[in-house]
Amino acid sequence: MTALLEAVDLFKHFPVRRGVFGKAHGAVRAVDGISFTIEKGKTLGVVGESGCGKTTTAKLVLGLEDPTGGALRFNGEDVASLDAAGRRRYRRGIQAVFQDPYASLNPRMRVGEIIMEPLITHERHDTPELKRRLERLLDLVGLPARAAALFPHEFSGGQRQRIAIARSLALSPSLVVLDEPVSALDVSIRAQILNLLRDLQAELGLAYLFIAHDLAAVAHMSHTIAVMYLGRVVELGDANTVATAARHPYTRALFAAALPSHPDEKREEIVLAGEVPSPLNPPAGCHFHPRCPSVMERCRGEEPKLRTGIRVACHLYE
Amino acid sequence: MAPLLELKNYSTHYVSARGTRVVKAVDTVSLVLNSGETLGIVGESGSGKTTLALSILRLLPMAARKTDGEILFEGEDLLKKSTEEMRQIRGKRIAMILQDPMASLNPLFTIGDQVSEPLRVHEGTPRRTAWQKATALLKAVRITAPETRVREYPHQMSGGMRQRIVGAMGIACEPRLLIADEPTTSLDLTIQAQYLALLRDLQREHGLALIFITHNLGIVAKMCDRVAVMYAGRLVEFGPVRKIFDQPRHPYTRALLQSIPRFADSRNRLTAIGGQPPDLSAPPLGCAFHPRCPDAIDRCRGEAPPETGTTNGHTVRCWVAGS
Repeated sequence: MTALLEAVDLFKHFPVRRGVFGKAHGAVRAVDGISFTIEKGKTLGVVGESGCGKTTTAKLVLGLEDPTGGALRFNGEDVASLDAAGRRRYRRGIQAVFQDPYASLNPRMRVGEIIMEPLITHERHDTPELKRRLERLLDLVGLPARAAALFPHEFSGGQRQRIAIARSLALSPSLVVLDEPVSALDVSIRAQILNLLRDLQAELGLAYLFIAHDLAAVAHMSHTIAVMYLGRVVELGDANTVATAARHPYTRALFAAALPSHPDEKREEIVLAGEVPSPLNPPAGCHFHPRCPSVMERCRGEEPKLRTGIRVACHLYE
Repeated sequence: MAPLLELKNYSTHYVSARGTRVVKAVDTVSLVLNSGETLGIVGESGSGKTTLALSILRLLPMAARKTDGEILFEGEDLLKKSTEEMRQIRGKRIAMILQDPMASLNPLFTIGDQVSEPLRVHEGTPRRTAWQKATALLKAVRITAPETRVREYPHQMSGGMRQRIVGAMGIACEPRLLIADEPTTSLDLTIQAQYLALLRDLQREHGLALIFITHNLGIVAKMCDRVAVMYAGRLVEFGPVRKIFDQPRHPYTRALLQSIPRFADSRNRLTAIGGQPPDLSAPPLGCAFHPRCPDAIDRCRGEAPPETGTTNGHTVRCWVAGS
């Protein structure tokens, strides 16, 4: 069976230009050779700190940025070689929900127009059909039908995020990219939205690319988790294994830094020294070696690869 | 021993310019904090937690025209202090760390100038000595190469370093109480862990009392001795951290604890809290949580519940749980 989405050795380098002629002086290696797959109806969670390339990965998947190397395959087809019609199909198949529902909804449009806009752009429909689709979408995300006539400012944060989710579902996509979908919401509202997303996945067979910095939420939502550090995937595996029995020293430190859910819950004490280096000039060898508690000589020169089998990019596991 | 800080039936109400609209941002709150302890104030946006912190420092905006009750700090009522006396207290005996470190640092002054400012203002330390102390403070908050960093500017620092510098300013005059308002929300996880470990060490070394204002129950679980849960301006539950996590009494506290994802049971459905947080300019009658409360009875709709159970240090405002 072919995976819904497959990234093979994907690169995205942004050139840093200086001077009058804009000569490139090096590059920001935002995404530096990553591979992953997303199966139909499943969730891939991506975790990592700022600057690790999570959002660039999302943009590559959404087709908002073109990769500088490697390939993306959607339903087995190479995205780069698609014709215009194929490209449109691809764009319809992948939709997005962003972090801030106050910024992602046009305040001058009515909710009905917001949700229907992708449909009107991509398809021709008569009005009764559109109306039926709109009602079904509002019902799916738990909003009343009268919401269609209102403006976004009349809704709270959680309800706005429901509107954004309804819009992302308008074209019946097979993959939805969720970039921090609950971090702008109140704590008591987050569970509502996470439950809604899981219900929609079960009902519509959606696949998710779930990006968040709240590790417990990612573990809760995902089937597979990819841990990124400075543009590379350092560990990839079953969500439960990554969350509870991580192997890569960075993953272990990251999950050790996650906050406990109870005062008596004791976590491994690994406090990393230093900060994430700049992706403009990443350390040689393993990017993590300057902060790694179990660094060895070969980590400084030789880049560890993510291999099949145990999918950990670390010399400790070779 | 008298507590370091004690609030007795304290309220802050914001009144609109014409006096027609009143928002009860903080409403009859009572709590205590001892020296060297850590108190977590949790609540959603608009629950009044930041207003409460600003009230302690008397930094409220002009619209806060009605305050009531007592704020006793080392036995003295802060509400009775003159402006000049408050100035002596702020930054010296009570310091505050804000959420956005860039907003608390002046981009035009060096780090050394800013970290030494409290010392020069409050203790009249000469410039040279104050700078030496600033270097020592940067070292205490684990800034590498503090001798060069003191001469640099905020834009040359990373987010984590800026937050640590703000921390250094906070402890410059060795205050008794440090209030941190969402101090780690802008930080990455591993940097957050570094920062929390640092705050804990500083607390141990200087016998600081800490107040954490946060919406994150994880920070409370990791750092705090006592918890105050706020909802719509009221303190709905207050008590020792283990009591609150093991036997939460207020339905809101219970629901909040159940709604956060945990690593242990990741495939179970979360228990969501229905409805929305209330609009504070028109809060529900009676208990503000009743429209979302699974246990609400008739009495909750008409009458606000009083604080009960003060004897064992675990108080709750609820008709059902409190009786």
